[in-house]
Amino acid sequence: MSSLWARVEPLLARVQKPARYIGCEDGAITPRHGAGKVAWLLAYPDTYEVGLPNQGLQILYNILNERDDAVAERTYAPWSDLEGLMRARRVPLFSVDTHRAAGDFDLLAFNLSAELVYTNVLNMVDLAGAPVRSAERDETHPLVVIGGHCAFNPEPLADYVDLVVLGEGEEVIGDITEVVHQWKASGRTPGSRTGVLRELAKVPGVYVPSMYDVEYDGQRLRAVTPRYPDVPAVVHKRTVADLGLWPYPRRQLVPLTEVVHDRLAVEVFRGCTRGCRFCQAGMITRPVRERPAEQVRTMILNGVRDGGYDEVSLTSLSTADYSGIEQLTQGLNPAGCGTSDQLTISLPSLRVDAFTVGLAGQVSGGRRSGLTFAPEAGSWRLRQVINKLISEGDLYGAVESAFSQGWHRTKLYFLTGLPTEADDDTLGIVDLARNCVRIGRQHTNRASVTVSLGGFVPKPHTPFQWFGQNTTDELRRKVQLVRDAAQKAKGVQVKWHDPSATLAEGIASRGDRRIGAVMERVWRAGGTFQEWSEFFRLGRWEDAMAAEGLSIEWYVHRHRDEHEVLPWDHLSAGLHKDFLWQDWQAALAEHGLEDCRWTPCYDCGVCTGYGIEHVVASPVPPAGGSQGTGQDLSRGGEVPVALAPRPPRDAEPTVQVGAGGATT
Amino acid sequence: MKLRIRHTKLGKVRFTSHRDTARHWERAVRKAGVRVSYSAGFTPRPKLSFGLALPTGAESLAEYLDMELEADQGTPAEIAALLGPALPTGYELVESAVVEGRSHSLQDAVVACTWQLHVAGVSADALVDAAERVVAAASVPLARERKGQRSIDDVRPAIERLVTLGPDSAGRPRLEADLCTTGRGLRPSELMEVLFPEADVLDLTARLVRTHQWIDEDGTRRELLPSAAAGRAFAAYA
Repeated sequence: MSSLWARVEPLLARVQKPARYIGCEDGAITPRHGAGKVAWLLAYPDTYEVGLPNQGLQILYNILNERDDAVAERTYAPWSDLEGLMRARRVPLFSVDTHRAAGDFDLLAFNLSAELVYTNVLNMVDLAGAPVRSAERDETHPLVVIGGHCAFNPEPLADYVDLVVLGEGEEVIGDITEVVHQWKASGRTPGSRTGVLRELAKVPGVYVPSMYDVEYDGQRLRAVTPRYPDVPAVVHKRTVADLGLWPYPRRQLVPLTEVVHDRLAVEVFRGCTRGCRFCQAGMITRPVRERPAEQVRTMILNGVRDGGYDEVSLTSLSTADYSGIEQLTQGLNPAGCGTSDQLTISLPSLRVDAFTVGLAGQVSGGRRSGLTFAPEAGSWRLRQVINKLISEGDLYGAVESAFSQGWHRTKLYFLTGLPTEADDDTLGIVDLARNCVRIGRQHTNRASVTVSLGGFVPKPHTPFQWFGQNTTDELRRKVQLVRDAAQKAKGVQVKWHDPSATLAEGIASRGDRRIGAVMERVWRAGGTFQEWSEFFRLGRWEDAMAAEGLSIEWYVHRHRDEHEVLPWDHLSAGLHKDFLWQDWQAALAEHGLEDCRWTPCYDCGVCTGYGIEHVVASPVPPAGGSQGTGQDLSRGGEVPVALAPRPPRDAEPTVQVGAGGATT
Repeated sequence: MKLRIRHTKLGKVRFTSHRDTARHWERAVRKAGVRVSYSAGFTPRPKLSFGLALPTGAESLAEYLDMELEADQGTPAEIAALLGPALPTGYELVESAVVEGRSHSLQDAVVACTWQLHVAGVSADALVDAAERVVAAASVPLARERKGQRSIDDVRPAIERLVTLGPDSAGRPRLEADLCTTGRGLRPSELMEVLFPEADVLDLTARLVRTHQWIDEDGTRRELLPSAAAGRAFAAYA
């Protein structure tokens, strides 16, 4: 139970960026371990630079260390150079806070925000000195926990982890701590591991995969059923009803070295009901809960004072939707924060309209590095399919506003491989970009637009969960279409995500338990850091699928039907499956769906099922653009949002989905 | 007003880079509420200028920076007292003084640095032999590759002084060297290479500490800001 620092230190002279492994951040908490305390090692399965800014991990780190019965430290995936030295010199995975061995902790808890990190989870469990398969671990090993967005389909990792936490962690980590505390107090006797897991399975929001039997009907899944009567048939997510009760992280971690988001982050609301159908985050984090404006202000002021930051990011899934965003940002600038007159406010996830750009212009402190918008699809028709209800006028208004205020570069994010996407839709991307450049050139000759293309991966718990993902060949063809068309468009650059990585993500995204063995094979073949192009090789994934006798076509490219049992049907984010199916049908019929914050409830299931409600300071929508209504909402609030009524259901045509040719 | 500060960088924080150090100071200035002048332009930067980069992993008793301050913020000692607590563990402000008039930048002014090297895996006798061999040599050729160009230089003139010291608290023998920073300067890792051409110098270098930075003024060698506190800070770590 002591520090490994003396063994780690000599390795650091030989690795890149050794500051990743020293801890010592401003805001780090001196952990106080004790016999009765439940020790959590909070792990992020990617590099320190990517993992340190993660707010979920920082929130839990603060909350756990405030408890009398718990202590928490942090760890991140060691880069391959250090991993090699650790394995050669038999140094196990360690915490960055006190360089304590991972095996000395009671729980090893991973935050999963992307599927391609799964092999890093296995690697870190192995580096911790524990067997990677949960069935082979015993009472001497830490309990391996996963949480975060990917936990909503944890089946590919089901045989490797002990617990899965669904939803928000603020409250449930206390419940888990109490059960583990009892287990420690009883001496963690031989054979007691199954008992504690059975107890943990009763905690709402906790899914213990080993307590469930999985039956197959050939390739198809027949059922996932609990083995014991006291284990729930369906596990529901946890949701914090009032974000105002959880002003965390109280102390933001300020790293000693450069990380990906090197600024103070304050979460202004959680959840989003814009209803973009491709977006898993918007579906699984409902309802919308705003943080009180006064608390946001206090958290910013404290963070700037304690951390010495000169930039704050107001985070959420769509920050311009925060009630009173203008008053909030105006109150902070220019010298409202007391300690610094150089505070820059950044607004990630910008909505696409001129109002939002005006807001960004007011708060950016003179910096005009680049603005990013996400129209996601190239035609209005396809944007109705995906329910991203941005009109061309909204986009052009936003771009006009940006170039006229001194920005030279804008970046436009698009998805390709969306349901019903035809070549006209794909080519519409270039038309939009070309028109944006034309608008920009009226203001500056340097105006340029970068199109960033991502391959669409259907995600669990979304209306697109039944859709067959495009093949890599098809995605490559679409990327090429855009590239060819953009060659003739001055000022338009195209960047694209590797379709091979999109395929691997697709295998993990909607995989079932059988995909676990694939992950293990990819890992054993050396496939760690799969999010990093220098380490990614699709061949490892194809070989592993073949070795397990599993079909990529069946797992990734096949359309599912309404009655198929999905691998995550026993896990609930509160959304009714029939709501999602109806929304899928509405998508195919090119019908948009309102934002229920400001319009009547359409009963997706979350608020009614969980007895929670939106917490929104304003009963009317914010200012900005048309917001998909065809109305001018640029002043906000004064006009109630209304969409055109839907045609009767029997009028819905049979619609071709995807370019693969299958129909529903 | 231009304030010159001398500080230490000891312990775990030595694994941060020179760029990181700049970041630590920019944050500390904001946290302490010390008002620094900003450059003009689209992206104003605080006017902090740093001395010679310290290699990542090396410790120091003699790091320097200059900061351009707005007027009326107290004496150098008072300002240093504000900044000290705002810096990471391992930094200690050991001296501060106002720099009068126009002076050379820190990078240009310094001509040599003193280094202490704690050597592992080599006996005290072997260390003395190696040091005597290098000191006695008429020339010490050393190859290096820069931008794909391989060149061989005589680095003997860059070694102004090289002596062995008694063992540290862990019983490891020590070297002390004054190495030039101008012309073909010599880095301490390169000194280890010429002392032990056959060995893996990363294994041999248990600890590396910059203890002094020197300037020439009117023909005399002196420290930028002499400090007794630096030695005390070092003793606390050693």
